[in-house]
Amino acid sequence: MSTVFIAFQTNEDTRPIVESILADNPHAVLDEQPAMVKINAEGQLVIKRESIEERIGRNFDLQELQINLITLSGNIDEDDDQFTLAWKN
Amino acid sequence: MDMKANKKKLGLKEKYAHMTRGLDWQTTYQPMDKVFPQATFEGIKIHDWEKWEDPFRLTMDAYWKYQAEKERKLYAVLDAFAQNNGHLGITDARYLNAVKLFLTGISPLEYVAHRGFAAAGRNFPGVGPRVACLMQSIDEIRHAQTQIHALSNYNKFYEGFHAGAAHQIERIWYLSVPKSFFDDAFSAGPFEWMIAIGFSFEYVLTNLLFVPFMSGAAYNGDMATVTFGFSAQSDEARHMTLGLECIKFMLEQDPDNLPIVQKWIDKWAWRGIRVLTLVGMMMDYMLPKRVMSWKEAWEIYFEQNGGALFNDLAKYGIKVPDCITQCTVDKEHISHQAWCTFYQYAHASAFHTWLPNAEEMDWLSAKYPNTFDKYYRPRYEQWREMADKGERFYNNTLPMLCQVCQIPMVFTEPDDPSKICYRESDYQGEKYHTCSDGCKHIFDDEPEKYIQAWLPVHQIYQGNCWPEGTDPTAEGFDPMAKVLEWYHIENGKDNLDYEGSGDQANFAAWRGAATQNT
Ligand SMILES: [Fe+2]
Ligand SMILES: [Fe+2]
Repeated sequence: MSTVFIAFQTNEDTRPIVESILADNPHAVLDEQPAMVKINAEGQLVIKRESIEERIGRNFDLQELQINLITLSGNIDEDDDQFTLAWKN
Repeated sequence: MDMKANKKKLGLKEKYAHMTRGLDWQTTYQPMDKVFPQATFEGIKIHDWEKWEDPFRLTMDAYWKYQAEKERKLYAVLDAFAQNNGHLGITDARYLNAVKLFLTGISPLEYVAHRGFAAAGRNFPGVGPRVACLMQSIDEIRHAQTQIHALSNYNKFYEGFHAGAAHQIERIWYLSVPKSFFDDAFSAGPFEWMIAIGFSFEYVLTNLLFVPFMSGAAYNGDMATVTFGFSAQSDEARHMTLGLECIKFMLEQDPDNLPIVQKWIDKWAWRGIRVLTLVGMMMDYMLPKRVMSWKEAWEIYFEQNGGALFNDLAKYGIKVPDCITQCTVDKEHISHQAWCTFYQYAHASAFHTWLPNAEEMDWLSAKYPNTFDKYYRPRYEQWREMADKGERFYNNTLPMLCQVCQIPMVFTEPDDPSKICYRESDYQGEKYHTCSDGCKHIFDDEPEKYIQAWLPVHQIYQGNCWPEGTDPTAEGFDPMAKVLEWYHIENGKDNLDYEGSGDQANFAAWRGAATQNT
């Protein structure tokens, strides 16, 4: 199984996003670096709009992720409700 | 009173279908193959452009909205940085030499990437990649502009920033390495460009460039660079995805595409890795406070992450590039070999160099247990001894350059780190030299392209690198001084050792003034 990852700038916008990801992906591992927070996960990682909305108390468009995104690895699948990164092998 | 629209909004997929794919049309005044003349000559066969998938499904309206937000954030920080003397917050003015290398060597590539993606977007008959290339083209010019804006703050205070991103890239010997990398990709066809830049550079290698650079900037208190870096990097996930999508699309369209794509991956992975030598050197030597070693970054971002990627591509028959065996050896050497070169040629460089101090050498020993103490520490100790006696070593002979990657012949044989590695090819009665099996292979495959290389050392010897009107027969003619003048390097200010430089003295004085009342 290969590792996927996603990294964001460390800031107030991304804190609830990172919390949601960790809650929704129990197998994910947090890696905090200077000014950057990276989340590694075996196989796949799912980001759910609803979980983020619960934490920030407003509507969230998953494309807003792009503002604070630094890098990622894996094949992407995105729709209105979730953003998935996966290596299918 | 506002009208409330109750119509249901389009879902992401529908919106993307209408606002991207739905914008395409078939030409009627001219046949499509005349409108897209570059679409076939490389031998890549595409049967159905409709099969192209863009996983981000970003439409132009959303693109502008998010890019505007990124710009607002960036410029707010840059204002704060300038208003608060942010330049005094860095660890040590030595750090700025890494920034000078970035401004002169990397920012111009952003501009070429802008042009290259505009051309690729124009040349692809499919609407999906055309829209994605258009967005990337706009991103890239934004990167060039924001980098130049951000770093212009340093130009008010420090040496070596005055020539900016445009002048020196066309001239200085070591900058021909990144320049020729992008130019050689741009002068290929649109599909090869996508494999060279979109896939090999953006997907396989970009993390090795930006992530350590930006973390390094954060570690060293450089808020300006962190901010433009992260702002640029936020576009990068989209670029990486475009590169990966493009390669999968080519491989799925026709089995005949596989050998062509594999050849390009092998070639551009090697070229990209050669360019990254400069980043390795920056990480291991130029950051006063280090983030991780080049070797560690290579292991995380290339060996592990690249491994996952190539596992995924294996189902199409793609193999890991051959050069990996050599890279596994090289990762313990290249950063040291590069810094040793710049130390010897500090008089001809647009930034300062220095010898690593005792603590830094211990860090290098710990990070490179197999190589540093054995091959490189003795060299630095020797140079330290010479410098202390007032005999600081400068190399006054111009080195031979690799005909392909244009790096001086400073790398060693994969099986013998005490022997310079070089290879020779004959073409039309002339001899051409390359630095490695990887570069020789590329040369032998396309000699007619690479014999045209503008090699800085050859050009100096041919007398093409002096200001106009220079008379080389005049009494007291000093070729090196003239070359520096043509480079726009101010001798004694921009070049030579950091120790004793204006940057060092000014930084100490200003920082002192900022923390004391006298
Ligand atoms: Fe860029
Ligand atoms: Fe080479």
